[in-house]
Amino acid sequence: MHTASAEIIENTIPEYAIRTRKLNLWYGTFQALFDVDLNIRNGMITSLIGPSGCGKSTFLRSVNRINERLGYVRINGTIDVLDKNIYDPDVELVQVRKKIGMVFQRPNPLPSSIRENILFGHKLHAGGGKTSKADQDEIVEASLRQVLLWDNVKDHLNKKATDLSLEEQQKLCIARLLPVKPSVLLMDEPCSALDPKGTAAVEELIWELRGEYTILIVTHNMAQARRASEECIFMLMGKVVEHQLTQDLFVTPDKKETADYIEGRYG
Amino acid sequence: MFAESSLNVRNKRVQNLFRILFMMMTILLIIPVIIILGTLIAKGGSIISFDFLFTDPTNGMTAGGIFPALLGTIWIVAVALLASVPLGIAAAIYLNEYAGDNWFTRIIQLAIINLAGVPSIVHALFGVGAFVIFFGFGTSILAASLTLAIMTLPVVIVSTRESLRAVPQAFREACWNMGATRWQTIRRVVLPNAVSGILTGIILEVSRTTGETAPIMFTGAAFFLPFLPQSVFDQTMALSLHLFVVATQVPGVPDNLPFGVALVLIAMVLLMNSISIAFRMYLRGKKKW
Repeated sequence: MHTASAEIIENTIPEYAIRTRKLNLWYGTFQALFDVDLNIRNGMITSLIGPSGCGKSTFLRSVNRINERLGYVRINGTIDVLDKNIYDPDVELVQVRKKIGMVFQRPNPLPSSIRENILFGHKLHAGGGKTSKADQDEIVEASLRQVLLWDNVKDHLNKKATDLSLEEQQKLCIARLLPVKPSVLLMDEPCSALDPKGTAAVEELIWELRGEYTILIVTHNMAQARRASEECIFMLMGKVVEHQLTQDLFVTPDKKETADYIEGRYG
Repeated sequence: MFAESSLNVRNKRVQNLFRILFMMMTILLIIPVIIILGTLIAKGGSIISFDFLFTDPTNGMTAGGIFPALLGTIWIVAVALLASVPLGIAAAIYLNEYAGDNWFTRIIQLAIINLAGVPSIVHALFGVGAFVIFFGFGTSILAASLTLAIMTLPVVIVSTRESLRAVPQAFREACWNMGATRWQTIRRVVLPNAVSGILTGIILEVSRTTGETAPIMFTGAAFFLPFLPQSVFDQTMALSLHLFVVATQVPGVPDNLPFGVALVLIAMVLLMNSISIAFRMYLRGKKKW
């Protein structure tokens, strides 16, 4: 009985985690996205590449609706996340943010302990309900293990998160999203503040997380897109030029613009 | 090859000149402070004693202590804080965390700046009209404190806002992106990290309020009262006004009495400021960004 219902849930997971249809976006009068139609596969790592100003970050930021905080952003078209248009009027923003986690360029841990950082989201969404110390410990351990940070920090969970190295901070920022059980993780150049060793470590972590989470990662670093993603989207001037398996996009791109970009003729 | 040229020599001489000039101006700044403190201690120090602080004035205020005035000042400052702190912090939170930058907030901003620029005697007259007469509080601690509260409100708002602004935006971003509401963000992240600055601002406000004379002399502070205030609707004596009175209004006051009162007043202010600085250092040591 139990396994049967689990199977049904398994089967209802859509093939695509994020689908956009005719997505247009304006900052005031400036149009940043033009008719973006994308199908981003569930449980995969998809990277977004393109020169500065091509709209890749704008796209990422409209997937969890943080763009609209700017006030002068206008959008039409649809963005379905797990088959629900997140711009529908009956959508609660807090639920969107729970399901779709975001990781920023600069690690931004809160100025409290490692433990508090992990539990922050959990406490936020737990309502008035108290979680027992044991449950909290379990959440902290599970989250930190998942981001490969547990062994480094298990002996000083009460240390300030801001005292960690940047690499550890970025891992912590990923870890603190996990207790509220997101489906999609958006990453906006998550390694650009890190040194090569930190970059490698965070890339390894992102690779570990695939399957369980749908990961959309914006990067300036083509080598990174190539190493750390399964599908790759190339954008230019607010339009999607090409969306392919990463290996194909870098070896046999369909479009001339893509070929020029990955060979470094502009960007 | 790297020998000094005459131009180098001249530039260095000019540079030294300015360094010494600015240093002397800085030293000039602290001279008045030293003179004031020195004079007060030299002339008023002799009168300071336990009895001076804790007994009533006698012989038409030419002898005895300052207890009613000391207590009155504490009353007035405390009630003023109770009124201005919650109001000021709430306004600052609204302006910094909720309101956007639009014509409405800009007008409020302008009003706050202007409120800060209103002379204290004008505040005093406003206090008489509004609190003493219109609201019918009479000349009382309540009227005096509310007048002071209005006067110091801009300080609280501005200093609180500065402290809120000093909390990095990245912390707020982090919270919002985990689905925290504005209030959850303020309550759990912004306020805990701004509290040292907010408290410092409040303590500085206390030290300012302690010394104010004009706003309270028409609204609640009395020349002389033979009894202590029983509630906020009573009048009271106050240190600042008492200093004015014994220094200029009463004949036959011994020389060291006004200096003693001034010394107590300034000691209160310095004590407050030191607490504020110590507190800020303590809280700063605890936080790290």
